[in-house]
Formats: sequence, C-alpha cells, structure tokens
Amino acid sequence: MGAVLEVTRLTKQFVKGDMGILALRDLSLGIEEGCFVTVLGRSGCGKSTLLNMMSGLMPPTSGAVTYRDAPVTGPRTEVGYLTQSDTLMPWRDVVRNVEMPMEIKGVDAKERRERATDLVERVGLTGFERHYPRELSGGMRRRASLARMLAGDPEVLLLDEPFGALDAQLRFVLQAELLRLWQGSGQTVVFVTHDIEEALLLGDRIVVLGRIGKVLLDKEIDLPRPRDADELRVDPHFVSLHKEMTAALREAQ
Amino acid sequence: MKTVDEQKTVNAERTTGQSVTVPLNRGWWEKHGRTVVVWGGRLVLSVVLLVAWQLCAGRVFDLTFTSRPLDVARRLGDWQRDGLLWSNTWVTLKEVLLGFALGASTGAVTGFVLASLPTFYRVVDPFIVALYSLPKVALAPLFIVWFGIGLQMKVLLAAVTVFFLVFLNTAVGVREVDRGLIDAVRLMGGRRRDVVLKVVLPASMTGLLTGLKVAVPYSLIGAVIGELVASNRGLGYLISDAAANFDTAGVFATLVVLSVIATVLNLFVSLIDRRANRWKPLEGRK
Repeated sequence: MGAVLEVTRLTKQFVKGDMGILALRDLSLGIEEGCFVTVLGRSGCGKSTLLNMMSGLMPPTSGAVTYRDAPVTGPRTEVGYLTQSDTLMPWRDVVRNVEMPMEIKGVDAKERRERATDLVERVGLTGFERHYPRELSGGMRRRASLARMLAGDPEVLLLDEPFGALDAQLRFVLQAELLRLWQGSGQTVVFVTHDIEEALLLGDRIVVLGRIGKVLLDKEIDLPRPRDADELRVDPHFVSLHKEMTAALREAQ
Repeated sequence: MKTVDEQKTVNAERTTGQSVTVPLNRGWWEKHGRTVVVWGGRLVLSVVLLVAWQLCAGRVFDLTFTSRPLDVARRLGDWQRDGLLWSNTWVTLKEVLLGFALGASTGAVTGFVLASLPTFYRVVDPFIVALYSLPKVALAPLFIVWFGIGLQMKVLLAAVTVFFLVFLNTAVGVREVDRGLIDAVRLMGGRRRDVVLKVVLPASMTGLLTGLKVAVPYSLIGAVIGELVASNRGLGYLISDAAANFDTAGVFATLVVLSVIATVLNLFVSLIDRRANRWKPLEGRK
C-alpha cells in the first residue's frame, strides 16, 4: 500500500527576535492507508508542529507534505485534525458544533441534523445535544470534538494528545471508544502522544521522535487486537516493547 | 422496579460516566428567598432615603438648595398637567435613541471592519485614541456652527460619544478571537467568509455588548450636554431653565426623569445581552 500522507525532509523554524528556533529538521515519514500510527515523543520534540504542518495549517520552512501525491498547501477536508486544546465554538451547543463541518460543506439542514444526532450518539453524548461546551466536562468536550471531526468525514485523522488532559480511567474509556470508531472504518490515524502505554495500546506502528524531530525508532507493533490494557501489562512481549520504547526515549536526551 | 426517572439517571451515568442531573424539591422560599431579600432591601433603602430627605429639608438643609421629595413629586405632577413633562422628555428621548442607534451601528461596523484589517488598524490607532480621549463637550460649539441648535446637533453629539465606546469594545472583541477557533473552521474547509460569519462575528458579540452597556449613560450625557449648551426644548433645557430660576424642585424632577430613562435603556440592553450570551456560564454573566 502506498502512503496516503507523506512528509519529506520537513523543516520548521520559528523566528524570535534575531534568533531562529528550530522545531523540526529534515523529517521524512510516510503514513500508509488504513494504518494506525502513533507518534511517540517527549514534550517539545516537535510532535505538534509536525501535525500542524501535516494538516496544512502551518507552512513548512522547507520540505514538503503530500496527500495522495498532491502537495498540501492548506487545510483540506480529507484530513481531520483534533488539536490538543478544545476548539468547540462556545456559543454553539453540541449538535450545532457537530453540524458545523457539514454546514460549511453545504449539506442541507435536515440531513445535517440527522447525521449530527447519529454522531453524538456514537460518541456517547446522547442527552447532551443541547448543552453548551462550558456546561460539559473535559471528557465530554473531547467526545464532542471527536464527533465534530468525524462529521467532516475525513480519510485521515490527526490526533494531537487528544486525551492528555483527562484522568487515567476516562482515558481508557475514550481510547477504547476511539478504537471502536476506527476499526472497520478504513480511516488512517496519526496519533501523537507522550505516553508509551497509550502508544503501544493503540498503534499498528510506532514512530519515536527525538529532539527536533529525529526519528529514533520506527516499528510495527504486532500485538494482537483487541488489546486489553490490563492483560497487556503482564504480557512479556508488551513489556519488552515497553522497555525498548523507554530506552529509545531516554536516548533522546 | 425502577421508576422512569431512575432509569434515565442510570442511562445518563452509563453513557457519560459524568454528571447526573437530579430533580430537586426546593420550597418557594429556597427558590425566591434571595430575590425577595434583595428587592425588599432596595425598597427599604429608597423609602429611608426619601423620608430622611423629606424630614431634613428645611431643618438641616436650606430648602432653596435641596428642595423636598414631595415638592419634586408635585412639580412632576404640575408638568404632567401642563404637558411640559412629556413634550420635553420626548425631545430628549428622541435625541438619545437616535444618537445611540447611529453611534452604536456605525461603531459596531467600523470596529468590525477595522479590526479585521490589523495593519490598517495599527496605522489609525493613535488617531482614534486621540479622538476618543477628546472631551466630547468640547465638540458642542463646533457642532452648533455646523448643524445649528436643532435636533441634529444633539443626536450627533450623543452619537459621537457612543461611537467610540462601541467601536473600541467591538474592535477588542474581534482582535481577541481565539486563533484555535479560526483554525478549526479552516480545517473544516471554511473560507474567509465562513471564518468571519461563524467565528469572528459571534465572538465579537461579547465586546459589542459591553460597548453598548457602557455607552447607555454616555448617550444621555451627549444629548443633555447638547441641550444645556444650546436649546429651547428637552430635559437639559428644563434643568438649565429651572436652575436659572433657583427652582431646585424642577432640577430634581428632571433628574428623576433622566434616571428613569437611563434605567429603562439599561434594562433593554441587558435583555439583549442575556439573549446573546446564553452560552456563557452563569457566574460569567454580569
């Protein structure tokens, strides 16, 4: 299978005063269709910058991002991006937030409402359709954001530490739900995290990034699905993979 | 057997693992007690102040300077009979409303447009601040030369005052729009038009409404100052006329009418505010 999303010799430099701050240097990475790729790295290794450029929100300083061999020059609807922070419109309730991508696409009101209600149900927010984001807990806002992204019907999902701000229990629940939503959908996922366990639990393939986006490790994860967090923790293969990742991350310093 | 309510609660718990709503059986006093206390307090306060004023006037203070609540009420009654009250109030009200509408609409539009052009905004910013800081009273003589002493001049004086307040607050609202929200719309394939209509416009509403709220008293100031400077009608004219005749009851009567107008206008703006800001948490509403 060819790469859906590919970055080649990607470099990003931010300007601060007379200094250039290098966030990412010469990173090349191909994401295969239908694959769940987790990008693992410590904070500040350029993970978010990478996603910002993959999504087309941020132009690279040099290098290129291509989507199905076409250069990415701006955001495109085939690529959905769930950012670290919540970007639900605070003045819209849950359903109207989920409807938004369809509104922009020009889907008519009735179909929009139906599909939004269905998505709200799929992420488990039924009964909260009429709530405003500020009336929801952090986990519920994440679910709503997820539903909104899915409403755009993207082929590739970019997720930037989507569950980073949640407590461990809720994170488990949402990880399982993400997998449930992804399986059989044929969508490609790039999931950025700093949590080794999360990366192993979710990914078909793990890319470990070091400073300024140096690829330290790129490995297929052959753990059988469905993966259960409790069972995995005592699985010797999982433990050895975990050790390998920990060592790779330590090397990053 | 579970009741229907319990069943619902259980469902909500299962689907979200979070907040569960429970019906409360609160008594009338628990629900309305605070409101009653607040309004009762307001009533008591106004009665105490009015009685104290009535009793002290003529004994502690000189009647010529302070008048008395009953005299003020009597004066309002007299004016009402003569038709003076309504005709003059209407003149001022018209100036205030027209001035407010003109200033608020131009202020909102200009604020929205200018703030969307950041570089241009930076160019004109110092000029705007200079004009804003100018005491608007100082413009009155110029406006008289330009527009005469009729309705126009007072409307424009009120409008100029309102304009800057609404303009500056709207501009702040537009400029402080969360970058993340704009990016979210771009990710959905939204164009500039979508960003403006679906993010910038609703986000700037908060600033606009703050501007409107602040501007209400200023529209009154504009109109009344205009009347004080030059006119033969309106509440400002009534004040200056009464004061010139040492008729303090007349001055106070006019002030009462002015504060009633201000209260009604404020109420109106806060109604719009509540409607537009439903999405805000209760404690965030002012």
